[in-house]
Amino acid sequence: MADAAAARVDAPQPRHGLRIFWVWLVLSVVVDVLIWFVWGPHLPPGDMSSSAASQQLDVKVLAVVAAPVMLLIYVYFGYALTFWRQRDGDEEDGPPELSGAARAQKVWISVTTVLVLGLFVFGTVQLVSPAGAGAGEGSRPAWKPNGKPLQVQVIAQQWLFTYRYPAYGGMETTQLVLPVDQPVQFNVTSLDVIHSFWAIQLGVKADAVQDVNNVAYTTPQRTGGFTVRCAELCGLWHGAMFDYGKVVSVPAFESWAKSTETKLAPDTKILPAYALTYSPNEINGLAKFFYQAGTNGAGGGLYGSNFPNQP
Amino acid sequence: MGRSEAVGEERDRLSLKARVGTLLGAIVAALALIVFVVAHFLLPVPATVSFTADHIQGHAVNMTIQADPVNDASSTPDWASYFVRDPHNGKWIRSTVWQLPAHTRINVTAYQYDSCGPLRNQYFGHVRGTVGSAIYVNGHSESLADSYRQCSVAHSFTVPQLGINVPLAGVPGSAKNPCAQAPCQLSDSHEVIKFSFVTPGPGEYRWQCFVPCGLASLDGNGHPMGTLGFMSGFLKVVTD
Repeated sequence: MADAAAARVDAPQPRHGLRIFWVWLVLSVVVDVLIWFVWGPHLPPGDMSSSAASQQLDVKVLAVVAAPVMLLIYVYFGYALTFWRQRDGDEEDGPPELSGAARAQKVWISVTTVLVLGLFVFGTVQLVSPAGAGAGEGSRPAWKPNGKPLQVQVIAQQWLFTYRYPAYGGMETTQLVLPVDQPVQFNVTSLDVIHSFWAIQLGVKADAVQDVNNVAYTTPQRTGGFTVRCAELCGLWHGAMFDYGKVVSVPAFESWAKSTETKLAPDTKILPAYALTYSPNEINGLAKFFYQAGTNGAGGGLYGSNFPNQP
Repeated sequence: MGRSEAVGEERDRLSLKARVGTLLGAIVAALALIVFVVAHFLLPVPATVSFTADHIQGHAVNMTIQADPVNDASSTPDWASYFVRDPHNGKWIRSTVWQLPAHTRINVTAYQYDSCGPLRNQYFGHVRGTVGSAIYVNGHSESLADSYRQCSVAHSFTVPQLGINVPLAGVPGSAKNPCAQAPCQLSDSHEVIKFSFVTPGPGEYRWQCFVPCGLASLDGNGHPMGTLGFMSGFLKVVTD
């Protein structure tokens, strides 16, 4: 039996590496083509906006790069299980420990280094080029779109989003309507706890934090509806904190904005002046109101020392 | 290893009895924690008060509610809360889950006993989604409440999914006879707010107060604001 095993080891071996390489290459090409052209266009968050399309491209590139690596492992496993498995009656140990294989090591280290560094450069470019990739950039955004974006303020509070349009009298509404092909600047803030404004199909996600203006940019590229969800666990009705926005043509947006501005004019009058954040301590007249009403308010520490009777 | 060291090690080891006891103790503690969470946080859903049992199709439903600065729960007596009058026996029940018939006009009379405070967002000072887009505060029609300049809001009845928002007028801080025990009585200082809305098709619609009235909780957002049965609940709309 030992002789038979020795004879197998000594027998001329097929070029296993080459076989594995060809199987891997063919599979990788097929899978990458399928990922790019068949699966890719359906990957979230879609291509409704510049930031969404950019994120979809990111996912496609990552999948196309990762698939061959994953396939190499699977093909090697499959090949090893098929050709190098222990045969019936073969109780011999395998050959002694392999040494060297410097070429394989060089190839492996070079390829993985190129992949990682390439993705690092790609990721950085993708973060910068679509003006922050739809993510909240804080109050002083580093990457801005060209042109003058439409300002839309997102006000989060437990448990509802409202939206203010400073270009239309500072009106506030629960409807989020955007014009197509125009850059939009979301100014995201909160009136209470931390929320997160996530316009899913637009590829926009920015934390909403009290007393902070978190800026995110996008440019809608197609008309249609999108979903807005709070993406930060924010209390009892967090799961119900969602609504639906829509992207419409520029004339339709203008028409909606002007008619809504007129309709909401009485409401707008009682709103505080448009600001990037709304701290009760900075709203004119509110402390005076507290004094006159003799109320203690139920602010639970939100209102500052200029307010009487903090509970 | 010397014999004495081995004996010492043997002595340091926990006996089987002690190990089993520790394990059982840990299991019992974990079970107790689960039972506490379930019993304390998940099970205490307020009772559903039904307005459908005796409802005649095509007729309006009359509902009477009150918003109080206190409540009748022994563990949290200082939480603001809503009560609803049971249509069958006229008793006040601290519940925010109300079963209503679909596609029906609901006439609401709300007694508001709490003191006023500013809305966190003045957007909720505007009456929306009621019949005629108006409410009647002590008999006077109103559609807007400026809570930053007047003592005009204490709580709100807001159903986001249905676009309904009713700011409930607050009792002035100088009121002589503030309510101190729930359910409040008509002899206590109060405001009367009347409005109507029409229920949609069957479904569960959450409602809440949008005034941060969680007294003494962080930013006024916790406690009654974050607990079913106090300042938020469901409209369970069912087929008649």
